[in-house]
Amino acid sequence: MNYIWLALMIISLVVGAINGQLEAVTKAAIEYAGVAVDISLGLIGIMAFWLGIMKIAEEGGIIRLLSRAIRPIAKFLFPDIPPDHPAIGTMLMNIIANWLGLGNAATPLGLKAMKELQKLNKSKDTATNAMVVFLALNTASITFIPMTVIAVRARLGSANPFEIISTAVFASTCATIAAVTAAKLIQRLPNIRKSDPNRLADKKEKGGGDV
Amino acid sequence: MFDSLATATMDTIQQVAQATAGTTDSLFVAIMKGFSNLAIPVILFVVVVLGFIKKIKVYETFIDGAKEGFSVAVNIIPYLVAILVAIGMFRASGAMGYFVRLLAPITNLIGMPTETLPVALMRPLSGSGSLGLVTELMNQHGPDSFIGRLASTMFGSTETTFYVIAVYFGSVGIRKSRHAIASGLIGDLAGLLMAVFICQIVFG
Repeated sequence: MNYIWLALMIISLVVGAINGQLEAVTKAAIEYAGVAVDISLGLIGIMAFWLGIMKIAEEGGIIRLLSRAIRPIAKFLFPDIPPDHPAIGTMLMNIIANWLGLGNAATPLGLKAMKELQKLNKSKDTATNAMVVFLALNTASITFIPMTVIAVRARLGSANPFEIISTAVFASTCATIAAVTAAKLIQRLPNIRKSDPNRLADKKEKGGGDV
Repeated sequence: MFDSLATATMDTIQQVAQATAGTTDSLFVAIMKGFSNLAIPVILFVVVVLGFIKKIKVYETFIDGAKEGFSVAVNIIPYLVAILVAIGMFRASGAMGYFVRLLAPITNLIGMPTETLPVALMRPLSGSGSLGLVTELMNQHGPDSFIGRLASTMFGSTETTFYVIAVYFGSVGIRKSRHAIASGLIGDLAGLLMAVFICQIVFG
């Protein structure tokens, strides 16, 4: 993230200077800082609502039930998470919300899932393998009804605004498989392995030593 | 508002319903739309009723959970400011034009129209930005042209990777994202290439 952020900043400033767009670049910086706060604060209500509902679902046993239902898949995708952990059920709810195109519910559920995953993290500022796989599922999320783009197509007078559903579902399924496979493969690289917070903590508990 | 996340889903559903009032949906679409409309009410009903059966104090429990909403939203702010400012500056600088020129020979090779390249590059960075580009393309070429259909498929096939990573990791205070961005971008690339491939078969 460090390098990407640095690259975005430097490219913007250098190219902006070459293009004589520096004024626009600074204006954009100020504007987007405001937009970021608006988005975050806009989340408070919907976030509180879903966290409240999820708390009831958790204590009522629904999350545990969901976790049990997908145990085989969960075991493969998230081997580090105990199969009965509420993180599994919460992640499933987030993914279902994504499938249905319920953006307003999907984000709060996803953030709740991150909270559960964080409980299993031994170093609080570094992503675990499970988190990266979960994010891979989310960044390439399969949506059966991409409502936003369908709405734009309809407004522009498309004869069949829905005709892109099948192609989008196909492409996003491939994207999801690719992202998860990539996450699973990259986590085996020596460098990435070394940075796994749970592995580091395990080693320390066992008294160190190279594996 | 800004990203797909912030736009009210209900508004969009209503817009679609109005805009497509004259067209008849296929069975699949009708079923999927029904699911979407019913999903949240059904979830709420099941959760609350099951909570009641299990003798949970539903109101108190709800309040307990909802309390955390504020802190989660506020925790995201610094992460989102960092990434959105960088992306906003990148867009305003005009760097996108250079990237398009650089990559055009490759995309021509796989039969991807150069017009759709900015959409592909913008998609992981900004939801509203890429939607704006898709809308522009459909305005110019028509929503039912190959370019219009391909751009729509591209938009519908992945999420805004950088945004999702900033918000999800930001909410729990994770700064070292390890291989999350690499995996997300590989997914995006696969999604975009497969969008070109499937559109050529279905619409080409």
